[in-house]
Amino acid sequence: MTTLQVNGEAHTVDVPADMPLLWVLRDVLGLTGTKFGCGIAQCGACTVHLGGAPVRSCQLPVGSVGERAITTIEGVGVTPVGAKVQRAWLDLEVIQCGYCQSGQIMSAAALLSATANPDDADIDAAMAGNICRCGTYLRIREAIKRAARAT
Amino acid sequence: MSEAPSAVTALASRRAFLQASAAAGGALMLGFHLPLATGANAQAREPFAPNAFIRIDRKGKVTLIMPQVEMGQGIYTAIAMILAEELDVTLDEVRLEHAPPSDALYGNPFFRIQVTGNSNSVRAFWTPLRTAGAGARALLVGSAARRWRTDPSACRTEGGKVIHPASGRTLAYAALVEEAGRLTPPREPQLKAVADFKLIGKPLKRLDTPEKVNGKALYGIDVMPPGVKFATLRASPVFGGKVGHVDDSKAKQIPGVRQIVALEDLVAVVGDHMWAATRGLAALEVTWDEGANARVTSEQVWEQLRAASEKTGAIAKTAGDVSQGLASGERVEAAYEVPFLAHATMEPMNCTVHLRPDACEIWVGSQVLSRAQAVAAQLTGLPLDRVTVHNHLIGGGFGRRLEVDGVAKAVRIAKHVDGPVKVVWSREEDITQGIYRPVYRDTLSASLANGRIVGWRHRITGSSIIARWLPPAFQKGIDIDAIDSAADLPYDIPNLQVEYVRDEPPAVPTGFWRGVGPNNNVFAIESFIDELAKKAGRDPLEFRRDMLAKAPRLRAALELAASKAGWGTPLPARTGRGIAAQGAFGSYIATVAEAEVDNNGDVHVQRIVAAVDTGIVVNPDTVVAQLQGGLIFGLTAALYGQITIDKGRVQQSNFHDYRMLRIHEVPQIEVHLIQSGEAPGGIGETGTTAAPPALGNAIYAATGIRLRRLPIDREVLAGRKPA
Repeated sequence: MTTLQVNGEAHTVDVPADMPLLWVLRDVLGLTGTKFGCGIAQCGACTVHLGGAPVRSCQLPVGSVGERAITTIEGVGVTPVGAKVQRAWLDLEVIQCGYCQSGQIMSAAALLSATANPDDADIDAAMAGNICRCGTYLRIREAIKRAARAT
Repeated sequence: MSEAPSAVTALASRRAFLQASAAAGGALMLGFHLPLATGANAQAREPFAPNAFIRIDRKGKVTLIMPQVEMGQGIYTAIAMILAEELDVTLDEVRLEHAPPSDALYGNPFFRIQVTGNSNSVRAFWTPLRTAGAGARALLVGSAARRWRTDPSACRTEGGKVIHPASGRTLAYAALVEEAGRLTPPREPQLKAVADFKLIGKPLKRLDTPEKVNGKALYGIDVMPPGVKFATLRASPVFGGKVGHVDDSKAKQIPGVRQIVALEDLVAVVGDHMWAATRGLAALEVTWDEGANARVTSEQVWEQLRAASEKTGAIAKTAGDVSQGLASGERVEAAYEVPFLAHATMEPMNCTVHLRPDACEIWVGSQVLSRAQAVAAQLTGLPLDRVTVHNHLIGGGFGRRLEVDGVAKAVRIAKHVDGPVKVVWSREEDITQGIYRPVYRDTLSASLANGRIVGWRHRITGSSIIARWLPPAFQKGIDIDAIDSAADLPYDIPNLQVEYVRDEPPAVPTGFWRGVGPNNNVFAIESFIDELAKKAGRDPLEFRRDMLAKAPRLRAALELAASKAGWGTPLPARTGRGIAAQGAFGSYIATVAEAEVDNNGDVHVQRIVAAVDTGIVVNPDTVVAQLQGGLIFGLTAALYGQITIDKGRVQQSNFHDYRMLRIHEVPQIEVHLIQSGEAPGGIGETGTTAAPPALGNAIYAATGIRLRRLPIDREVLAGRKPA
């Protein structure tokens, strides 16, 4: 049995220690906002926060999580930074198909938590691991800057 | 975020949905609720359901049924805007519902089957949806006028109310639905004048995005019917191969693995979660009977295609005397080639199926809902009305979900599983078991006299997707998609012939891919035009402009793009500017790309300027977004896209070797929309086909190297390999 702190709630799950956090979230806890994209940490669709830092949950064994807090797209909106990012995403109408956007928003929220006013190089470094097949990158960049400016 | 509109998605549980809907009260409700009933039955529940697209209940709640599927292109918002415009309701009053499978009710007027593709949703449904909205409005007005004993022409509508200005009386639609529901809609209701549009033409907020920022939006891959098991599969890695021997002793020992399903051409492992299924599949020992395709290589594919391109094709278009035209002036010839491409939708292929003895229930995001239903009926032997298909938001279509091979595989697996099973493709399976954009070879000949083109022959050689996908449309050896934008060349050329040679590649299945026929045609034509301009010693912009006298919308786009891009102004060394013009999907676009080529052969795209005339625009922000994304999609293909074959297998497998453009690689993009009163054009694919030739021409301008194959070859650009 493993106890996970997800979005401020404790969940006890009976899963193998090597099971990636992604599948625990989606298939065991039913938190399907976190997406499966590649399974090899190449696309970022599965990004969640572990102790506030962005991680690719498809490559993170649940046994390595320990007591660190997990935040997913379902929970990030209660944080001030997460809420600002979500608002900016809607204000600039970033989203098309939306499948990658949970991961994009989680990466962007982590960036803004660490760097309040990121420049283009900061954005490139933080976001280059997140693929968007619809090509919403221009708006993602602008939305991050808008969220940074928002009070 | 501050309180998001209370949009509700709860496909996993109908009860949860109903509770949540009730809780949401009067706020904007975007409920993709279970389309459990057929369209007809669903209509019967509401007092006012004058057509398949609109229902209004006694409280005035307006439900709009979406005949086209939402895969990111913003069509749910566009459809809602068109219906709401003519019905005269505001968008915050409406809720949306996925249409159920039904060619009769929701068939695409262009194809007569239920299909979302070819960038034609707005084009095809523009008039039917306006008519549906206006017809419904006419009934509501008629009911009010009858009650007020006045003439309908003395009434007007606004925001879900009928108003009688002379007396100041108003009636909400809610008060009229019972009576209006008993009336028959007029066949040709009066449509609004364009000048009276209140919604169409405004950059309104998308209706599908609030739930996409908080994880609530449900894609097919997210459904969780009670008791669902999870499966993942591996089909024969060689196209057409069969399962030989299966040893499942190790797979069965993996905790959480419940079942192994071995079919003729694939194996699947069913488990308590995707991880068990994934590990089980990895532990499954399978030998394959690889069959006839085991030695197919890309070299063989290209040899066959090039040989086929030497044949005379079926004639798609002629003008003047092409032999005479080509015999006069200076002759130029070139051939262009484009590779197989995978779609690589971010949402991997998936399908959830619950098969019972007397019914089949399917959850999937599909661009062809009725075909999904039909293939399930065929495979299970059930009548169509026993197959329920729940459509979902789609995490990227790009043509991949115009096919139902995934539904078929999932149903075949589900036949061996007790209870619901969600079948999810690994990314590797998604890339290696695709239905690929075909390889094409375009051979072009032209002759130049006095700085103009006097003869033109374009032969397109490649797979016919239409012959397989819509056989009645394949006539006299012509694939209408493969010749699209070549047969209707915008340039004024007196002697012209366009030919098509059908050649099916060995082993590799081919299908539609964002941009479809115009993809290879526009790349070939616009690259060749650039080569001809060079040969004629003329500026590529002026050379094109002088041949566009009969295409004023395209010429205007060309002039605007050139002007905004600063055409002709100096650029640094090894940086070039390329231009391309395109009339396709009912839209006219000109594109200027600026790119730098470094000494290592790497291409840095710095800026794209596009000017577009797409007729009447429903939602300008969506149009801009589609062009930004479409251009990036096309750049990705030009810079990286390539599926290659060895030993009958696809060699690429995931995003490390099937590369996508990433945020640090995208150029600045400027999109300029041209005001137009013409009928709406298509926009989903317009940017995708426009980008590659503009980039190729920019690379030529930067380096003097003409690349006639995609993707771009960095070895050639670095001078390490001949062009």
